Amino acid sequence: MFDDLGAQRLVALFLAGAFFFNFPLIALWDRDIAVFGVPLFPAGLFIVWGAVIALAAWVLERSHD
Amino acid sequence: MLSPLLVLTASFAYLGLLFGVAWWADRRARANRSVIGNAWVYTLSMAVYCTAWTYFGSVGRAASSGVWFLPIYLGPTLAMVLAWMVLRKMIRIARIWRITSIADFVASRYGKSTLLAGLVTLITVVGIVPYIALQLKAIASGYAVLTTPLGQPLPGRTVWWSDGTLYVALALAGFTIAFGTRHLDTTERHEGMVAAIAFESVVKLLAFIAVGVFVTWGLFGGPTDLFARVAAVPELQALLRLSQPGQAFPYAQWFALTVLSMLSVIFLPRQFQVMVVENVDERHLKRAAWAFPAYLLAINVFVLPIAFGGLLYFAGNAVNADTFVLSLPLAEGQQLLALVAFIGGLSAATGMVIVEAIAVSTMVCNDLVMPWLLRTEAFRGRRAGGDGQPAAGDLTGWLLGIRRVAIVAILLLGYLYFHLAGEAYALVSIGLISFAAVAQFAPAMLGGMYWKGGTREGAVTGLLAGSAVWAYTLMLPSIAKSGWWKTDFVTDGPFGIAWLKPEQLFGLSTLDGLTHSLFWSLFANVGLYVAVSLWRRPSAAETSQALLFVDVFHRADAQGARHEGPVFWRGHAKIGDLLGLVGRFLGTKRAQRLFEDYARRTGQAGARQIVPDARFVQFVETQLAGAIGTASARVMVASAVEEEVLDIDDVMRIVDEASQLRAYSRELEEKSASLQRASAELRAANEKLKSLDRLKDDFMSSVTHELRTPLTSIRALSELMVEDPEMPQQERQRFLGIVVAETERLSRLVNQVLDLAKIESGSAQWHDSDVDMKALLTHAAHTVSEMLRERGAQLVLSIPDRAVPTIRADADRLMQVVMNLLGNAAKFVPAEGGRVELRLRTDDAGLSVEVQDNGPGVPPEQRALIFEKFRQGDHANDRPTGTGLGLHISRQIVEHFGGQMELRPDGGQGACFAFTLPWQRHGRPAGAAGRTTYAAAGGRP
Repeated sequence: MFDDLGAQRLVALFLAGAFFFNFPLIALWDRDIAVFGVPLFPAGLFIVWGAVIALAAWVLERSHD
Repeated sequence: MLSPLLVLTASFAYLGLLFGVAWWADRRARANRSVIGNAWVYTLSMAVYCTAWTYFGSVGRAASSGVWFLPIYLGPTLAMVLAWMVLRKMIRIARIWRITSIADFVASRYGKSTLLAGLVTLITVVGIVPYIALQLKAIASGYAVLTTPLGQPLPGRTVWWSDGTLYVALALAGFTIAFGTRHLDTTERHEGMVAAIAFESVVKLLAFIAVGVFVTWGLFGGPTDLFARVAAVPELQALLRLSQPGQAFPYAQWFALTVLSMLSVIFLPRQFQVMVVENVDERHLKRAAWAFPAYLLAINVFVLPIAFGGLLYFAGNAVNADTFVLSLPLAEGQQLLALVAFIGGLSAATGMVIVEAIAVSTMVCNDLVMPWLLRTEAFRGRRAGGDGQPAAGDLTGWLLGIRRVAIVAILLLGYLYFHLAGEAYALVSIGLISFAAVAQFAPAMLGGMYWKGGTREGAVTGLLAGSAVWAYTLMLPSIAKSGWWKTDFVTDGPFGIAWLKPEQLFGLSTLDGLTHSLFWSLFANVGLYVAVSLWRRPSAAETSQALLFVDVFHRADAQGARHEGPVFWRGHAKIGDLLGLVGRFLGTKRAQRLFEDYARRTGQAGARQIVPDARFVQFVETQLAGAIGTASARVMVASAVEEEVLDIDDVMRIVDEASQLRAYSRELEEKSASLQRASAELRAANEKLKSLDRLKDDFMSSVTHELRTPLTSIRALSELMVEDPEMPQQERQRFLGIVVAETERLSRLVNQVLDLAKIESGSAQWHDSDVDMKALLTHAAHTVSEMLRERGAQLVLSIPDRAVPTIRADADRLMQVVMNLLGNAAKFVPAEGGRVELRLRTDDAGLSVEVQDNGPGVPPEQRALIFEKFRQGDHANDRPTGTGLGLHISRQIVEHFGGQMELRPDGGQGACFAFTLPWQRHGRPAGAAGRTTYAAAGGRP
């Protein structure tokens, strides 16, 4: 139902997410820059968040059952 | 402003709609067309995580501290990434053992302990009441904002009997009772409720996004314009940054919030209810694990725009940021949108209250009240009659009644908290207090799922210590700060002891209140759980449950086949006692039906004929556990049967037996599979032998038939000559000529049979050399051209001018093939104007030789058979003089060299036989190998 590789990927994704959502990586976004008129800091956070969700969806949905 | 009547009507209409959805879903479920058996509905029901706190509070938080609302949603995202491993295990355990609440889960894991069940329930009630108060507060203040004219202060507190919030609480209680406790279900599943919650999740998401779109594009010119205006105001611009001016970014608090929300998304009672108890299919988790975080992302996208939009719009006016979602549309005169936004908030609040109240009431009933009730003589005395008459006292009514009372009590407690303390705090702070309370379950739950060494005392001490520290460092200060308690014990420490200050315990002053509390409480909790657990070996009951929990996935082996787990029970039971017992809690009819189902599943005659063995007692206990909780079920079963106390050795022995049994059954399965394989092979081999035997018989009869024909004519002619000495010399000469010809045919036949036998038996010898096909064909043409001329036919040789590469083959054998084909062609050409063409063609793969005649061709019905033994084209009136083996032998030879022989489509122009030979022979051609094995060459006939 779920190959072992999938579980390993999820754990790796969890660790990556935990690092990206916390100090010090989160501080890298904290700059006074605007991208398309939206301040980088909150926008970047949402983008990383969306990326984690997309990767999780990719891992979970492609495992066949 | 909106008229109170309109708001009330809309609210009750919405609640009525919800009820309709639930009713519809329940009806569909009864018709076996469940609407909640769907990963999307499951995902949406999980979104009950987003309460009024999210809906109103996130904006408030963003307006005061920027991105700080986010960790509450980042944590769950991370937790859900691991859901497939962690949550699935929880779901599996809960389903197998009919666990219906967190209290039950913890109690069951540590030896079905009543004490633990009660303790977890108490912590839950204390921790959750503020959270319910928060929802009531949100509804009440939302209502106040909607119905108060803009600019006027919101109405102050009223006496309790005229306070609308009280009636909101009571209405919600009635609603929850109607949803959750209409009937008793041993799995505690509530299809209708789940459908209604999923519906609410859609409503609140759409409503919030509608407000967000209105603020971003209606009030401002899109996000670019909004953030440009924010950038113009330095105070607002500063809010967008991670680190706030003048202070270092409190990373510890950020991390603590992430961890806290990560734990709460799993351990909040309502989350456990929708994610674990109401789960229909484990595989839905695969979708929900990413779609639920995606929902969280979607509902948070517009938080910052609404918060900053509100701050810009109401600049200078005192408008509570918690109500921006309502006050922004109102201020712009968008009354309908404001009403929709309120309904969205109502959705968020009611969804949370309904699920939370159902979950907590189940806990209170099963884990707090029932154990106590069952201890009293009045209940114990109503045990089932000895010979199995259903018990007189049916307790199903009691069970439902207790739950209903519990629901009302929980909501009234929530109201009380709101009334006493609610006004003082922002929404977010109240929610976090509850989060920190349920986080205390994490060590006992997670430890119990992955570590077999945890003991009951460990869990109890851990929970007690953790919750005590939580109460002291977080709950008490919050009550004190709300104003009806002196705050000097917070600021100076109790009795002036500074190192006991609740928010700076032991002088730890670098952390904020929440992080401080979370750190100390989880530190004490985990530390004591592990330390006390390690104090002694787990008892038999703990070990058996630990094995069932930790190894829950071992019940299915690699092939996916389910095996029954070990059963840790030994004793004697009477079927009547058990039937009576189950009847008391589930109703007599239900009990009867359950027992009959069991009997049918296990192949026993009927409910009364069930052998009450250990597995059956376990079945009964599990069914009861669904209705009254694990711990109570254990007590009741123990009271209805005679059982032996197992010690740790017994437990280990049972585990060994179960695993031996499993290994044995796997071995048996493997053996039977290999036996089946072997017998199938034998059958196939036998079939092959039989068909070979048949072939041989056919061959023998064909050969003897072929031998008999010439022999008969030889004998007849010889007899004629013997009997008639007067026969004229000329006649005698003619007869002798026929005898000679027939003898030649006989010897040719015998030679070919011998040749074929050699080839087919593999004893033929092959003398391979480099054969020049051009030379070979020229030679063959030269040899037969004389014979053809005698028959009045013409031979045309068409071969390429350029040199043809040689192929590795036996020249004599190839010559035999070509001569055979030419000989056949010569036999069938017409007497006048016969024409035979011999062609050689080459391509990349190899060469092909074709022999075309202008005879009558091969009739379609014989084309497939022409290469078989003793099949001759029998269209000619006079039987050809061949033996019927030539083509068959030729094909065997060609296939030996990796080529193919075929009869090309003739199109009415006579027969065209052809064979191909590859330049390179790649091993043995598969087609030939199956038929014959060749090895050696013999003499040519």
